[in-house]
Amino acid sequence: MEINDIIKPENKVYGKSPVLKDAVMHYCPGCSHGTVHKIIAEVIEEMDIQDKTIGISPVGCSVFAYNYLEIDWQQAAHGRAPALATATKRLMPDKYVFTYQGDGDLASIGTAEIMHACNRGENIVVIFINNAIYGMTGGQMAPTTLLGQVTATTPYGRDAKLNGFPLKITELIAQLEGTCYVTRQSVQNPAAVRKTKRAIRKAFENSMMDKGTSFIEVVSTCNSGWKLSPVAANTWMEENMFPFYPLGDIKDR
Amino acid sequence: MAEKILMKGNEAIAYAAINCGCDGYFGYPITPQSEVMETLMAEKPWETTGMVVLQAESETSSINMVYGGACCGKKVMTSSSSPGISLMCEGLSYLAGCELPCLVVNVMRGGPGLGTIQPSQSDYFQATKGGGHGDYRTIVLAPSSVQDMYDFVDLGFELAFKYRNPVMILGDGVIGQMMEKVELRPAKPRRTEEELRALCDSWATLGKPASRPGNIVTSLALDADVMERFNIHLQKKYSTIEAEEARYETYKTEDADHLIVAFGCMSRICENVVELARQDGIKLGVLRPITLYPYPEKALDALVPQMKSIMSVELNSGQMVEDVRRIAAGRVPVHFYGRQGGAIPSPEEIYEVFVKNIKK
Repeated sequence: MEINDIIKPENKVYGKSPVLKDAVMHYCPGCSHGTVHKIIAEVIEEMDIQDKTIGISPVGCSVFAYNYLEIDWQQAAHGRAPALATATKRLMPDKYVFTYQGDGDLASIGTAEIMHACNRGENIVVIFINNAIYGMTGGQMAPTTLLGQVTATTPYGRDAKLNGFPLKITELIAQLEGTCYVTRQSVQNPAAVRKTKRAIRKAFENSMMDKGTSFIEVVSTCNSGWKLSPVAANTWMEENMFPFYPLGDIKDR
Repeated sequence: MAEKILMKGNEAIAYAAINCGCDGYFGYPITPQSEVMETLMAEKPWETTGMVVLQAESETSSINMVYGGACCGKKVMTSSSSPGISLMCEGLSYLAGCELPCLVVNVMRGGPGLGTIQPSQSDYFQATKGGGHGDYRTIVLAPSSVQDMYDFVDLGFELAFKYRNPVMILGDGVIGQMMEKVELRPAKPRRTEEELRALCDSWATLGKPASRPGNIVTSLALDADVMERFNIHLQKKYSTIEAEEARYETYKTEDADHLIVAFGCMSRICENVVELARQDGIKLGVLRPITLYPYPEKALDALVPQMKSIMSVELNSGQMVEDVRRIAAGRVPVHFYGRQGGAIPSPEEIYEVFVKNIKK
């Protein structure tokens, strides 16, 4: 096909969602954040809820999520996004409210807030990026860091005696009566991206059905923190993260 | 005549919140202010005005719920007592850093640490000088009656929205627990969606209409120049607040040779000290700061030249006296008398100290 045919509107097979801003992302090449942002933007566009969606960004690499999605944003203190989301949804129940949190934010400093928001069954969407490391502060141990994994604060590998065990917080969340949908997904290949997109859409739909909290963990890569190339990071994730953090729905009701 | 009802200071906060169109209250139980949330829960305002009332899992969560609600331009508040306010200071710093309106009530108890559940005024420094991190200020109102507790809720929200800044009602266990008659005010309805859009759509997270870009409520600025410009802007706002919002009351200061400065419940006790002094022919008066930030600097400054002595009387080890000394600037002796841990001095006790001081 000639180039002039390829660029005809009827031959268009993919376009950037208008919900994504024309901004150069600060994320490292290979990082999962950009892909998850793109999925959220597409879901907001497809559901036509750009005017009704309020995002709450965390502290960590994705603090700047507000620079990339053209919606109204609140930027929370470290770990507190579920508290902000609770008030926002209760005060404006006709809005779609989601938090976007990393593993340090959600599973360490913000453990109380996420547990209680989920337990109250707040009608919010939680998107939990688990890359088993603190990205923004330079690769320190996260609550989800695997045993033996080397980080800036576990230079000899995570040792259970010294550092405790990796926290499967998503399984804990699934035990709470307030949650209606708890799933673990990933975005390292097109099939995984499609599954995650379906999960995120379902979660947004749930939030208007008074069913309780929808929680989506996305097992993710941090190739800079892991000191691996993007391709090698994907392989490391599949070989090491997936056995400990198995993918799939944990709860759906 | 407006209706008068007998109620506790803490109950007055709750009734005033419903009455003035508050959108949401988020709190965590702590003595001596738990009646605020208990009253709200019993009144069920979600069935009448639509006000949200929620018991949070901690004070940390309470203030961050307030943060989320304030991002939406809603009239939101919390209440707590000293140890709980310490936990909220992170959130207060964020609220100030995002220029968000909100109301926080501190019914002070004695500290430090877990301290006591008895009344105190020992959070003056925390309330007026920061508490959380960074160069920020909280507007601080000091009630001295149950009527003040009731009226300052509406006033607090007015000031919070006027300056887009956190406002604190700094009461104490005495004012929170005591019962007095309160004159009720005409009810204000909660803001409608249209009023909210008109007032807050330029900055709040109300959902992005097609007509504007997304609003971002954040206090993050990694660029040093941007952060400095924002701080200069904040300081300019605080200068305006200092110039325009200082509130105070005086009691028999016109002819006074001596002055007591006291806030909250202590200002009322010190009015009785004035009577004891005047029986002995000593012309004593009281300056009662109503706003602790902004401090009524000009009012105190203007009174200093006529005084032979000033005494600051507080339920702490000497906090406000630092501001009194700063403003008096060595022109007149400044004394201090305080009790801690829940002990409340009698007028006679204060008068005895006052007489000793002026005879030195």
